[in-house]
Amino acid sequence: MLVIFVKSAVLLLVVVTTFAYAMLFERKILGWMQLRPGPNRVGPWGLLQPAADAAKLILKEDLTPKTADPLIYRLAPFISLLTAFAVYAVVPFGANGDGSPWAIGDVNAGILFLMAISSIGVYGISLGGWASGSKFPLLGAVRGTAQMISYELSMSLSFVGVLMLAGTTSLTGIVNAQERLWFLIPQALGFVIYVITAVAETNRTPFDLVEAETELVGGFHTEYSGLRFGSFFIAEYVNMLTVSCIATLLFLGGWNAPFGLTLVPGLAWFVLKVGAFMFFYMWLRATLPRFRYDRLMTFGWKVLLPLATLNLVATAAWVALH
Amino acid sequence: MIPFWIIAAVLVISALWTVTARKPIYSVVSLLLNFAALATTYLILHAEFLAVMQIIVYSGAILMLFVFVIALLNSGIAPIVLGRDRVPVAPAAAAALATIACVATAIAAVHAPAIVPIATHSPLGAVGRGNVFGSIGDFGQALFLSRLLPFEITALILMVAVVGVVLLAGDLTPYVPTRRRAEQARRALREAILREGK
Repeated sequence: MLVIFVKSAVLLLVVVTTFAYAMLFERKILGWMQLRPGPNRVGPWGLLQPAADAAKLILKEDLTPKTADPLIYRLAPFISLLTAFAVYAVVPFGANGDGSPWAIGDVNAGILFLMAISSIGVYGISLGGWASGSKFPLLGAVRGTAQMISYELSMSLSFVGVLMLAGTTSLTGIVNAQERLWFLIPQALGFVIYVITAVAETNRTPFDLVEAETELVGGFHTEYSGLRFGSFFIAEYVNMLTVSCIATLLFLGGWNAPFGLTLVPGLAWFVLKVGAFMFFYMWLRATLPRFRYDRLMTFGWKVLLPLATLNLVATAAWVALH
Repeated sequence: MIPFWIIAAVLVISALWTVTARKPIYSVVSLLLNFAALATTYLILHAEFLAVMQIIVYSGAILMLFVFVIALLNSGIAPIVLGRDRVPVAPAAAAALATIACVATAIAAVHAPAIVPIATHSPLGAVGRGNVFGSIGDFGQALFLSRLLPFEITALILMVAVVGVVLLAGDLTPYVPTRRRAEQARRALREAILREGK
């Protein structure tokens, strides 16, 4: 019991620190890609910027609109934050020599648990947007809910191909099945579908219609301020980290070293792969403009879903024949 | 045992809150809590797959639709608040009686197995063993091997429902590409302006 508490505390600390610096790096990278320095005033190289931002968010006034539903309005950020962190209960980061994973809990249905928790995460956005009692958040929430439900389908289908090849739903088992060949190669289509749906699931550019500051002010969190807004913000980045971890575990071989470079420890490879995926995310944000909403839905239902189904059927046929 | 009692209390209280809440959105939130507690109960019974499906299907999909409907129904008007007198008395009393009967049966099964015998075998194997009830492998075996026909029939019935919904709610006007529709709208606007000018 105590071990689990200590593990959870350490993991929470690691995830929150990663969030803080992922945010700083995103701003730096956006800056460089747009030929400007990015945050560079607070501390050397802007390294204390996350602390300054945190202090600012904590000290800001916490407003609740008069038209808001007070209970749900306060509950929504908690749901977002809770679900964002809860997934780390099953995410393994490496393995000991005897194959036992470095994770808080190694459940057999690991990947399904991840999907279940992230499917609850939508409530943070939809309840928060509804409870604000104002039109922009409501529009953002309705958009976000429809978008996340639509893309969740293709995302789940892209998982199933990997599950069939690995023959297990345990995340550790999936990583172990990739010792020889990463699933990125046999599941290339699945990986592409996953990457696209992951961007949509985390509501990041070019699929950030939930926020869409040019048309919806701030989308679902327009009315939120202070630490409640901060909760949504943290949840978004932690979710980004989560989908990067899932991509690494399912498609990029987890902590397995590429090209037999086992001299470098597995955890380092894991961090490297997750970092590369996070960078890809920020790159997308700096490069691509936002989708139009009807195109987003058409793309999700008429392109991604049939492709994901095709991938599933092809993988099933391949597995059945071998 | 202590986790079970905590979860059981959460289950009962959230279920009561669901039916007595005066704002529909509170009902949804308490039902969400209820589903989460139910999933935890399944986890305690080692039925991982059942727990996960409970959350994905019910909390993630069905309940989400409730939120969607409530959000859209209420947009622009004051939130609906239901009256105190809407709890149907007769069904509520029947439900309470049924609950009491269930609890009494459970107690009798534990304390007087001669009167109410406990089932030791389900169609899928022994009850209460970790890897039999509701595990993924077991579920898949049942669904795709021993119970394939009922599963396919259910799928077909659901498909019929989907087709029905598309027919009832779908847009049956012929499809016009966005660009052509925009062109038509522009032409109509130009003609309207010309008419106004005369």
